[in-house]
Amino acid sequence: MVSGFEQPQPLHPTAELHQLAAGASGIVAALQGHEATTTKLAEAGFVPGALVRLVRRAPLGSPLEVEVDGARFTLRSEDAAAVLLRPADSTHA
Amino acid sequence: MLEPRTIALVGNPNVGKTALFNALTGLHQRVANHPGITVDRHEGVLKGSMGRVRLVDLPGVRSLVPRSPDEAITSEFLLAEAHVHALQGVVVVLDATQLRRGLFLLSQVLETGLPLLVCVNMADEARAEGVPVDVQGLSLALGGIDVFATSALSGEGIEELSTRLNAGVLVAPARPQLPDLASVRTSLPPSRERWRTLRTGVDDSGLMQEEAAARWRFAADILQGVKTTSANKLRQRSDRVDRFALHAVWGPFIFVAVMALVFQAVFTLATPAADAIEAGVALLGDSIRTHLGASLVTDLLVDGALAGVGAVIVFLPQVMLLFLLLILLEDSGYLSRAAFIADKPFAHVGLSGRTFAPWLSSFACAVPGILGLRSIEDQRERRIAMFAAPLLTCSARLPVYTLLISAFVPRQEVLGFLSLQGLLLLALYLLGLALAILAAAIYDRVMRDGARLPLLLELPPYRLPALRTVGLRLIQRAGMFLRRAGTLILLFSVLVWGLTTFPRPDRAPTSAAERAAAIESSFAGRLGHWIEPTIEPLGQDWRIGIGIVASFAAREVFNSTLSVVYAVETREGEDEDARLATTLRDARHSRTGAVVFTLPTVLGLLAFYAVALQCVSTIAVVARESRSWRFALTQFLVFALAAWVLAWAVRSLALAVGC
Repeated sequence: MVSGFEQPQPLHPTAELHQLAAGASGIVAALQGHEATTTKLAEAGFVPGALVRLVRRAPLGSPLEVEVDGARFTLRSEDAAAVLLRPADSTHA
Repeated sequence: MLEPRTIALVGNPNVGKTALFNALTGLHQRVANHPGITVDRHEGVLKGSMGRVRLVDLPGVRSLVPRSPDEAITSEFLLAEAHVHALQGVVVVLDATQLRRGLFLLSQVLETGLPLLVCVNMADEARAEGVPVDVQGLSLALGGIDVFATSALSGEGIEELSTRLNAGVLVAPARPQLPDLASVRTSLPPSRERWRTLRTGVDDSGLMQEEAAARWRFAADILQGVKTTSANKLRQRSDRVDRFALHAVWGPFIFVAVMALVFQAVFTLATPAADAIEAGVALLGDSIRTHLGASLVTDLLVDGALAGVGAVIVFLPQVMLLFLLLILLEDSGYLSRAAFIADKPFAHVGLSGRTFAPWLSSFACAVPGILGLRSIEDQRERRIAMFAAPLLTCSARLPVYTLLISAFVPRQEVLGFLSLQGLLLLALYLLGLALAILAAAIYDRVMRDGARLPLLLELPPYRLPALRTVGLRLIQRAGMFLRRAGTLILLFSVLVWGLTTFPRPDRAPTSAAERAAAIESSFAGRLGHWIEPTIEPLGQDWRIGIGIVASFAAREVFNSTLSVVYAVETREGEDEDARLATTLRDARHSRTGAVVFTLPTVLGLLAFYAVALQCVSTIAVVARESRSWRFALTQFLVFALAAWVLAWAVRSLALAVGC
């Protein structure tokens, strides 16, 4: 369903959200970084166990469009780096 | 005593809360000033309540922990002790297709102990997904809290909700479900007290995250036995649009096209209306003069008050059209896509895509532009954007530019098809934009105040804007513009009239020459002479000085002031600006006798107007919105100094190349 030539890449055991390929998903493992950032992310639904998907990158490469818990957010790469992911179940990939 | 009961609407952003508010109150609403913080909130009387129930529409928030001034209203309104007696209860508005997000917020509202009921809005969208709102299931899971399903757009369920709110006081849930917060003394009963204890107890990152996680678990637990749905169909449709609208190549192309259309519409469609208003005001002034005869009162009415009112309402067509287009873009969901596309270039100067729309507004007028920055959570970004916004070419600069360019720049073509005058005007617009970006970059590098917040902007699915909501918001924004900009422009216009009128000569001036002599001896004339030494290096004399001082009311007042100072006499059917242009070309310096408006001086004057913060309403709005007169006055002084330096540099350069 995603237009593009690259296949979603498999994730390393822990990767940061901005490293996902467009269309790929992962499960939040932990948040890292400044309190202001992690609190805001957690309040938006980026909490351990949540399934997130990188929908697309903006035309200029940043920011990212990320789906979490039924909502879509604009998130810059440097802020997305605060979200550590583990691989989603193969059914989600 | 029958005090009206106050009920607040609280909910996440984009849940249709404002549409619900409009459906419940109709036109019986007003924007009230929130005490303590400088933000407006919307109040209305519940339909059918005969004034007994007052509804307050609070800004949408994801959490009661506030970050932007908008969010602060919501939590302060719910938590402030001062409101305890006025606030009777809360309607927590949820999006039927995003129940979990709503329940996150509900978990916080429950902790305040306020009486509440739950309204699940956008019920029609859930039904379209084949899963109608499970009102009973949700109410049961919440321990018996009243739940209503509504669709503010179709009117579904509004009657029932309205009847319930009319019927009687809300009650606090008897046994509220609360999230199990390990870090909090859960023995405290739900109350504002509990909320404050909770807040002060959890200020380090691990606990804040833990608390958020607990709230999400709470929301998931509540929904275990409840049938829910997401807006899948709506999202699929949106995704089909976004495949073009956010496409790597088409996306920016569509973005530029949409914004060019907005820009073009604002500047062309509004012009006839503005011209008509100008003509109407002139006609009204003439008829007042005819009826009242020449007197000081007539002058005050026509040249002070009416001129001030005219200067304000002449902006209305343009500002209203801009508001309308921006509201349509916002409510359809495109504006957040625009922010998504434009974010990267803004990020280089400490701003973000959120600044895009307010800056676009600033091309019409800096006042709505600066008011539009309120929704930005990041205080640092707000300040940077606010600092630079007045440099964008607002439409009050346009009459000044047009007058000077048409009078002094040769009508010649460049490369055979471009007009030199048009190119210079374009260059001035680009200069404004370039200076705004430069100012933002400098502020970003020099001022190291405050930590950055992550950009977390929701991209809601595309929806058709509801005309009723659009109309009401348009009226509210126009009202706010008139209050913020209008009252000051009017006051200042009367003040300028006073300065140019007093002290009066012994005999009332009858000819243009006598009027010019009268203005020279007036306070404004003395002020002009007084500042002359500072503007002399720019090739200007006291007359231009009067123009500059007077144009603090609104920049375009420069033109009408020069008309008086240079004793321009217009005959019936003659264009005043054309006549003024001719006069200005012949103007001689009061002492040296040299031609005043040489091309280098004019170019310098244009550069001066491009930079200087010649606008009393902008200064006041900046002071109010930044909550700092120091910030506003510093901005004013920095811009004045920069304007002078740039004007001097431009003039010197033009002289050096022999213009």
